[in-house]
Parts: sequence; structure tokens; C-alpha cells
Amino acid sequence: MSIQDIQIKVADAHSIGNINAILNEIATHLGNLVARGDNALIDLKSLPFSPDEYEGLRAMLGRGEVTARLDSIGDSEIYETHFPGVWWVTHYNVEGDIVADLIEIADVPAILHSQWEDVRTGLGRLRNILSQSE
Amino acid sequence: MSEHETLEQRLSEQGVSRRAFLKFCAALATMMALPPSSASAIAAALSQAKRPSVIWLSFQECTGCTESLTRSHSPTLESLIFDMISLDYHHTLQAASGHAAEQARDDAMKAFYGKYLLLVDGSIPLKDGGVYSTIAGRTNLDMLEEAAKGAAAIVAVGSCAAFGGLPNAQPNPTGAVAVSDIIKDKPIVNISGCPPIPAVITGVLAHYLTFGELPALDELGRPKAFYGETIHDRCYRRPFYDQGKFAKTFDDEGARNGWCLYELGCKGPTTHNACATTKWNGGAGFPIEAGHGCIGCSEPKFWDAGSFYTPLSAPAADVASISQAAAVAGAGAALALSATDRAKRQQVQQSREKLTLEDLKGN
Repeated sequence: MSIQDIQIKVADAHSIGNINAILNEIATHLGNLVARGDNALIDLKSLPFSPDEYEGLRAMLGRGEVTARLDSIGDSEIYETHFPGVWWVTHYNVEGDIVADLIEIADVPAILHSQWEDVRTGLGRLRNILSQSE
Repeated sequence: MSEHETLEQRLSEQGVSRRAFLKFCAALATMMALPPSSASAIAAALSQAKRPSVIWLSFQECTGCTESLTRSHSPTLESLIFDMISLDYHHTLQAASGHAAEQARDDAMKAFYGKYLLLVDGSIPLKDGGVYSTIAGRTNLDMLEEAAKGAAAIVAVGSCAAFGGLPNAQPNPTGAVAVSDIIKDKPIVNISGCPPIPAVITGVLAHYLTFGELPALDELGRPKAFYGETIHDRCYRRPFYDQGKFAKTFDDEGARNGWCLYELGCKGPTTHNACATTKWNGGAGFPIEAGHGCIGCSEPKFWDAGSFYTPLSAPAADVASISQAAAVAGAGAALALSATDRAKRQQVQQSREKLTLEDLKGN
């Protein structure tokens, strides 16, 4: 008997029902973004999914026009889904393990904004370079 | 790193950007099972956080809890946290041995008296003067009582320290008890599980480090963020339960379709833990995802709660099929049913399985 003889059927992802629950939550948050400009975050690691459903959610949300990659204590992949204002944000550590997996409902994900502390540090560096070249 | 330096300062000195720090905080929020929007609050709290001393005592245990912790799946994050705590004594992990190791424990207890965090794994045997488990010639009880005096708080890691665990299972030959059975005057967090989920151990440490206080606890002393809901409530197979779709054997059509394992003895409905969402082995899965029911390892006395393969509320024999036979055969069979039921009730009580109201009615 080989492993191929074991009849394994993959359950229909859409029939389990976990995807619909999260799509409803996303729709509610997206409604709040449209109505009041409210941002929201959903922690995907805190929600129950079968492996099929996780991929099913990815397929359902699709990919939109923008993809960004953050290189900061490991990679982060950030992309806008097929639904504008709904972003999929995945943070990895340097070993490539997922350390945070989020759906962010916002016009721009917070992590993409330049941080004022970093801007000030960068300005100092730039001025330092200019002062040395004079 | 100096005692007074904060994590934010440390990262900044290492050239880590504020954006990277925010990413770190987002990962911390996930790890602590806090709402993701709390990342900015975590960032603010961490800028004030100081480095706590930690003493880890291992008593009557199998080292599975330490194995779990050291196989934690996001090493970068954990290493940052362990940079932020000072693990001053852990006899399995530390390099020092013998008198030098015990000296390190004494030194840390004196230097950080009233401030250190005491982590304990393993139960404490009390029978025959506690002789069944000793370290450096001293009983576990003696060592625990001494270390607890100067502790700010105690974290009982694993079901043995939290509830007595396997050593406490009947007939409990060593008189093993939980930390909370001995220490009554200190805040105690129970991180139960056999072993506990590594991210839950680090999550509680991160919470203490970040906010300088222990997380909110349930009635059994477990952090609500991780133990607030049952495995069943967060199980991806829950919709099948709601639809009444159950696997009846481990190789039937229902099992292949990934249906609910309730009838195969899954203890998910009465077990509080984060396995269904936090998962194990780098997020690869958890027992139910592998097709085996939950055994309830984060609940008190789970070893003595009956077979892992008997459905939670059901008596040992199949009442439903007898009931159908009774409907066909009439009153005589019904009498036989109630006699069978009495025997079963007795059997269930003897094996300490949980009974529901329906079982008691004999339905």
C-alpha cells in the first residue's frame, strides 16, 4: 500500500464557513473607513482557519495595484488586495517565520509611513555628509 | 546591556529604525494575543520597560516545558525578549553547575529581592518529607518556599506546576501538588499545558516586561488572552460541529472530510488554550489539524478525566442504539435500558468521566 492508496479528500474550503465570517468583518471595517475614515487591524493569527481557508481567503481578496516590501529585522510583505483600502500585511523574522499576519483597513498601512524619529535621524546623517564634503 | 537601559534605546543603538521597532511591537501584540491596534501602546510602554531578573526552578518534571520554550518558533523575537530579561538561574540551560550554579541563584535572590520573577516548572512532592525530588540535597518544597519569599510574582509553567499534572495523577505516589497549593501570598500565573505553547510562555514574559504587571487571569490563574476561550470555540472544524457532521472512526468518510472529532473523544469543548489559533511547530498545525482530538492537557487533572477517546458527555456504551431497540421491543426492553443505564452511570462515575444532565436522565 502506498500513500496514493489512502483516499484523502480536501474539504471544500468555502463550505466550512470561516471565510465568510472574516469577509463580513472586513466589510464592516471598510464601511467605517468610507464613512468616518476609521482604520482597523485584524490579526489573522488569532482566527481559526483550515489551511484551505487561509489560501481561500487569499484567493478571495486577490491582489490589487500596490505591493511593498519592507526590509527590517526580516522581510515584510505589504500589498493592497483587490479591494482598495484592504491591505494584507505579513511580517517575517530573519529566519523567514511569520511573526505577524494582519489585514489592515486603511488608505495607507501605518508601517509604510516614514517615522518622524527616523526622518530626524536621517536628516542628521545627511547634514553630516554635507558638512564633511564642504 | 545595563539594568537601566530600555529595549527601545538598545535597538536604537544597534541601528534598528523606529519603523522596525513598530514592526517588533506588532509582532509582540500578536504574541501576547492582544488586539493588533495595541502595538502603539506597547511601543510606548516598552520605552519605559526595565530589565527584570528571572529565576527558573525545575522540580518534579520531564523538561518538556523547557524543551517547548527553547523550540519556540520565532527565535529573533524571543532572543530580543531574552536579551531584555536576565535569566539568572535555570539549571538545565545555564553553563554553571554544582556550587557555582546554586551560588548564582542565591546571588540573584539577594540582589533583586522583592523584584525578581520566579518561574517554576514541575510539581512539588510533599509525601515523606518531600524526599522524592531534591536539588543539591534540598527538597523542592524548601527551595520553592525560599525563592518565593523574594519574588515579585510566580509563573507556574506547565500543567505540573500549575495543577500537579502527571505526578499528581492517581494514585499520586509522591504526594505531588501545584505551586498554588503551597504558596498563598504571591501573585501566581498558571501557564498550563503539557507542554504549554512556547509563544504563550514568551507572551506572558513579554507582557510582564512591557507593562510591568501580570496579564489578566481566569479563575484558574491562567492568562485570559490565551486561555479565555475553548479549543472548540476557536477550532476551524467548529462549523462541522454546528452542522452535526462528525467523524465516527479515525478512518471513515467523516474523518477524511475533516469533520468534527467530538464523538472520537475530542476534549476541545472543555479545554481552554490557544492551540487552535497560535498553533505548534512554527504555526504548522495543532493536534486536531492532524486528525486527532484534543486531550485537554491544559485542564486540571486531565490524566484522570477518563479515556482520551470517550466522547465528553457520553457514557461508555452506546445508549442511542439500545434506545432504538427499546422503541421497537416495547416496555420490557425499556426496563433493560434503565438497568443498563444504572450500570453505565456507575461505570462512568468510577472512571470519573463527566456526566451531563441528559446522561443522568437516562436519555
